[in-house]
Amino acid sequence: MITRPATYWTVLFISLQERLVYRGEFAMSTLMRFLPIITQIFLWQAIFSAIEVERGSETIAGYTFHGMIAYYLLTTISRAFSSMPGLASGIARDIRDGTVKKFLIQPIDMVSFLLVRRLAHKLVYYMVALGPFALVFFLFRGFFEGWPEPHVFAGFVLSLLLAFLLGFFLEATLGMIGFWFLEVTSLMFVYMLLNFFFSGHMFPIDLLPGIWGDLVRLLPLQYLAYFPAAVFLGRVSGPALAAGLATQFAWVVFFAVAARVAFHFGVRRYSGFGG
Amino acid sequence: MAVIETDQLAKSYRVYRKKEGLGASLAGLFRREYREVEAVRGIDLRVEEGEFVAFLGPNGAGKTTTLKLLSGVITPTAGTARVLGHVPWRRENAYRRRFALVMGQKNQLWWDLPAAESFRLHQEIYCIERDRFGQTCHELCEMLGVEHLLGQPVRELSLGERMRMELIAALLHSPEVLFLDEPTIGLDVVAQHTIQQFLREYQRLRRVTILLTSHYMRDVAALCRRVVIIAAGRIIYDGPLDGITGHFSGQKIVSLQLADGEMPTGLERLGEVLESRPPKVRICVPRGEVTRVLTHIFAHCAVQDVSVEDPPLDAVIAEVFSRS
Repeated sequence: MITRPATYWTVLFISLQERLVYRGEFAMSTLMRFLPIITQIFLWQAIFSAIEVERGSETIAGYTFHGMIAYYLLTTISRAFSSMPGLASGIARDIRDGTVKKFLIQPIDMVSFLLVRRLAHKLVYYMVALGPFALVFFLFRGFFEGWPEPHVFAGFVLSLLLAFLLGFFLEATLGMIGFWFLEVTSLMFVYMLLNFFFSGHMFPIDLLPGIWGDLVRLLPLQYLAYFPAAVFLGRVSGPALAAGLATQFAWVVFFAVAARVAFHFGVRRYSGFGG
Repeated sequence: MAVIETDQLAKSYRVYRKKEGLGASLAGLFRREYREVEAVRGIDLRVEEGEFVAFLGPNGAGKTTTLKLLSGVITPTAGTARVLGHVPWRRENAYRRRFALVMGQKNQLWWDLPAAESFRLHQEIYCIERDRFGQTCHELCEMLGVEHLLGQPVRELSLGERMRMELIAALLHSPEVLFLDEPTIGLDVVAQHTIQQFLREYQRLRRVTILLTSHYMRDVAALCRRVVIIAAGRIIYDGPLDGITGHFSGQKIVSLQLADGEMPTGLERLGEVLESRPPKVRICVPRGEVTRVLTHIFAHCAVQDVSVEDPPLDAVIAEVFSRS
């Protein structure tokens, strides 16, 4: 469906204003997300100490303590791009209470509209989170081995942008399941759980042994947290970097199509709930 | 040419039939019983350009389902429909730019922002030229008296003010067809009157085709000459508003002002006594019996004044709805 770019510019502009209405609440929730960083650092410190005492080794799957903290901090950046709080549940709620009708009546594409709204959400988030992020990375600068090569950094930025798109289309597809099941809370719970473990947010996925590691590498979830961090740290380079980015892009296309197909078929069986 | 034309339009839903109790809920986890609900059963409707048609019916009669079908929100199970030459459920942008649907129970404006922002978005969505947008917006705001509220967040508006803003948002792109689903629901008498007046004036100026559902007969009487009554998914009446009583009610109300204030005996044999507070008496009698009843009364009582009227429209409609 072709809609003028000016329309989406207006959607972006209005969404930005909307996000800024509850600025106090938004700033608070943004800052609260930095708290787990401290607990994670303590957790990894305890794990590395225990392993050193037991095995006399200072690394886990090639990660030193410093490397692990650097990895963890980088995944917080990946997730700042790829996490989509309330997207799938919001779509399912709109289907259940009938708000989705607006997109069937008005000449505007729902998926694009939601994408632009999410973009506004993220822009405001970065505006609020930029300071705290800069501070955290400044305080932990000693955990990094310096800046990566420009082409690696460019790969990192590209993987972050693709992580945003992948996170959006993946959750939008899950939200569209609301056309069939109305309530997707449990499904989202399972997804969040899988995401937490297999995206590389909880630990780097190279820690997973044998077949489990192979299986997780087949899933798109790693591109939401692990992959951009691994690119920055130089764990994925050369042809593997190009192949990784291409696969990430392919997953974006896959879920962008899936979200639209789900919308197309979902609308057909839609009963127009909620009066 | 007809603006709205439907032929045997039908829609049925499959709904989960849950029995009472926790046991039934648990059983429902494994095996569910569904039943088919025929919300609309073969509707033939033809609405000409510039008509203002009321769509009446009890709750669950199929009014809103019909509006959803005509606005393309849902796809029919059978039958066809064309609105402005388009098949609604194909949801072509060319069609979506030519109609609007306003639902009294649904809010389409951005809750936390002033209505002016939602209007601006509508300007973009519907590709309205800047000058035309400014002029239309100004005209509509003036007609509805809300210009001073444009900068106020929607969540801070009263229900009546919000409904007026909803109407403006729906009319900015000058739709040729307007579907109004209970636009005055929950509004006080003053707000209802404002909306009625606006709709009447707007329709007079723009000759837009309007299909209105409402439970308030005041809305219908004020706005529509033609009424379509739908019950159990079928059209049971399609004609002028003042023809409803004649069509459905076989009764007349005879009101008497007695001269001596004494209640005559045997009135209940003539018809249903609606009021008996001498000297005032009201009896509901079969239409064909009016002459006989009046002859009988004049022969037995001293009558100061008499009037014979149709039953109130509300009462007739209520009776039709309860029968259906």
